[in-house]
Amino acid sequence: MNTEISGVIFTYLLTLAIAIPLGIYIARMFGGQETWLDFMAPVERFIFRFSGIDTRKEMNWKQHMLALLTINSVWLFYAFFCLLYQAHLPLNPDGNPNQTPDLAFNTAISFVVNCNLQDYSGESGATYFTQHFVIMFLQFVSAATGIAALFVLFKAFRDKVTDKLGNFWDFFVKSITRILLPLSVVMAIILAFNGTPTSYKAKDTFITLQGDTAHVSRGPAAAMIAIKHLGTNGGGWFGANSAHPLENPNYLTNTVELVAQTIIPIALVFALGFYLKKKKFAYVMFSVMTIGMLMLLIPTMNAEINGSPAIARMGISQPTGSMEGKEVRFGPANTAYWNIITTVISTGSVNSMHDSAMPVPGFMMMMAMMTNCFYGGCGVGILNFYIFIIIAVFISGLMVGRTPEFFGRKIEAREMKIASIIALLHPFIILVGTAISSYVLVHMPNADWAVKPSAWLNNPSFHGFSEMLYQYTSSAANNGSGFEGLGDNNIFWNVSAGFVLLFGRFLPIIGPVAIAGILANKKFIPESAGTLKSDTSTFGIMVFAVILIVAALSFFPALALGPIAEHFSLK
Amino acid sequence: MKTYLLPSIKLTVILLVILGGIYPLAIAGVGTFSPGHGDGETISYKGHVVGYANIGQKFTKDEYFWSRPSAVDYHADGSGGSNKGPSNPDYLKDVKAKIDTFLKHNPGVTRAQIPAELVIASGSGLDPDLSPSSAKVQVARIARTRGISAEKINSIIDADTEKPLLGMFGPAKVNVLRLNVALGELKK
Repeated sequence: MNTEISGVIFTYLLTLAIAIPLGIYIARMFGGQETWLDFMAPVERFIFRFSGIDTRKEMNWKQHMLALLTINSVWLFYAFFCLLYQAHLPLNPDGNPNQTPDLAFNTAISFVVNCNLQDYSGESGATYFTQHFVIMFLQFVSAATGIAALFVLFKAFRDKVTDKLGNFWDFFVKSITRILLPLSVVMAIILAFNGTPTSYKAKDTFITLQGDTAHVSRGPAAAMIAIKHLGTNGGGWFGANSAHPLENPNYLTNTVELVAQTIIPIALVFALGFYLKKKKFAYVMFSVMTIGMLMLLIPTMNAEINGSPAIARMGISQPTGSMEGKEVRFGPANTAYWNIITTVISTGSVNSMHDSAMPVPGFMMMMAMMTNCFYGGCGVGILNFYIFIIIAVFISGLMVGRTPEFFGRKIEAREMKIASIIALLHPFIILVGTAISSYVLVHMPNADWAVKPSAWLNNPSFHGFSEMLYQYTSSAANNGSGFEGLGDNNIFWNVSAGFVLLFGRFLPIIGPVAIAGILANKKFIPESAGTLKSDTSTFGIMVFAVILIVAALSFFPALALGPIAEHFSLK
Repeated sequence: MKTYLLPSIKLTVILLVILGGIYPLAIAGVGTFSPGHGDGETISYKGHVVGYANIGQKFTKDEYFWSRPSAVDYHADGSGGSNKGPSNPDYLKDVKAKIDTFLKHNPGVTRAQIPAELVIASGSGLDPDLSPSSAKVQVARIARTRGISAEKINSIIDADTEKPLLGMFGPAKVNVLRLNVALGELKK
């Protein structure tokens, strides 16, 4: 057990050791300073010339958002039609069928919004063409969209009183050529040399040692598994995601995949400090995020290492803890760490089946997605966190009787309205979605869908409720992991989760950028003795309290019906 | 709208070529130098490919080390776990039945000696490994069926056990297919 815990600590420290220099690099790169990846400049110039883009044209926040929404709509249409007709497209050696319209709708949205919820299994539900030209492509560009939106926000903070917030295409393309693509190449090669397939060959058939006939699905997976983690996407090549032994062959690749999904979100926090020259503020932010993550992690690890009380009652031993849905090569401590990392960050890749986790980890994973800002996804984590900062500034301003200000700009009614709507949107779409699905389950059990509501749940009672709650939480947080027992490939889940995904993605991007854009236009008030300091631990505690009250408590009743009730029924 | 739509479409086209085409082809090129040449590493016995090193397979006969239970019955053209929750009564009944089966095939082993991983399913349904203690609990049965000394079988387990990464990180494990191939070679 000790080597398991030391493995977790090592993984986290390795993450920091890479993320901090990466943050400095990102700040330098977007700050226009020299970096060692400047040799990519000709490639970028070619891309811009081909696309007819002049990157010197600066945009205001509305133009940024228009560009972002336009290109995202293009991807949505493109992805939907490719998936709908994938059987007729090239690179389909296993002869997999087209996706149904509702499944293609869900899948296209899910990958455009960086969620990667998968209501299909990669082995049979996608082709090599759609895996690469739809899914992997979207994994790159959706992550780059998040980073680009974040840099609009950074730019608005840095430059005093301005309408010119840089060029969206410039931020977007450089996020790919200077951050995501180079890191993906390195990581894909590491995976390839540890046993993840890279060739385009179809599935293989052989006779096992015992004499059975066996088939093995393969395919050029390594390239996709790299960006799936670096871009905090999470959508797997194989159905079992990173629990699959070809997708995650050993403890080393598991460490690499864990580090990869965490480095960019953490690096962006440090990049904020260096880019805005507000290092102390970044440290406060990092501390709040880390404490939040640890509060979720420690109970999770404890529960998984101790194993299941129901199994213990059968009289067998659990030397390696709770192992249902887990792999021997990772062990429960590391799996618990993965469970929390993949949910605090919006990756949603899994190296175990979350549906079979103990109730306390189930609670913690849902809570991680409900707060959705302890590190958070590529770019969007800080955007979410920013909303809580604005609310904290406003509340603490009222408490001490001062005009709320943040980075030298007054926070007024308009900004607060936007921030409140965004903060309340998340619980609203999750809880309303779960309420509707529960209603349908009870009152229309035999509705004529691909999976009848009476057959949706793989588990009875409290755990069954958790399966539905988890699905909408994961969709709204753009996470993509699931309690996979849920029978979700039917028109109800594909469509309802599809809409939750859309709301959960674009409003939380537009809201913070709008606030930043409006603030950037306001008069700059230099810091004085009367200014509320935002880089102190007091302010950090204040932000933490706001997250706890706004995000966590609004979900408490729903959680009480799901994992909390299950926990006490197991005792 | 035109200011954004046209560049969006062109940018999408050029990025599709780079990210969907060139990038994975380059990785496939590098992958040909890896063990298994990018097709997945295989294991052979008596000149035949008997499986993939990383993909678990079904072993149900008493003369072999058993793999963990699998929700997909080790059909590796799919993958997945049971997705049963820890409080599901059907699931708990199923585990109890698996314990009874194990006890029937392994007389002499007590309940408390059975590691839980041998009676509960993995996440992928294709878990290729066992912890060393799960292999050792099966030794008596295999020794009896094959007529080999338990000592010899134990030494195979020790030889095939993979230590934690750098000796410090993660659990120790042993690959079931490699173990069973080694068993076959022992008989000669």
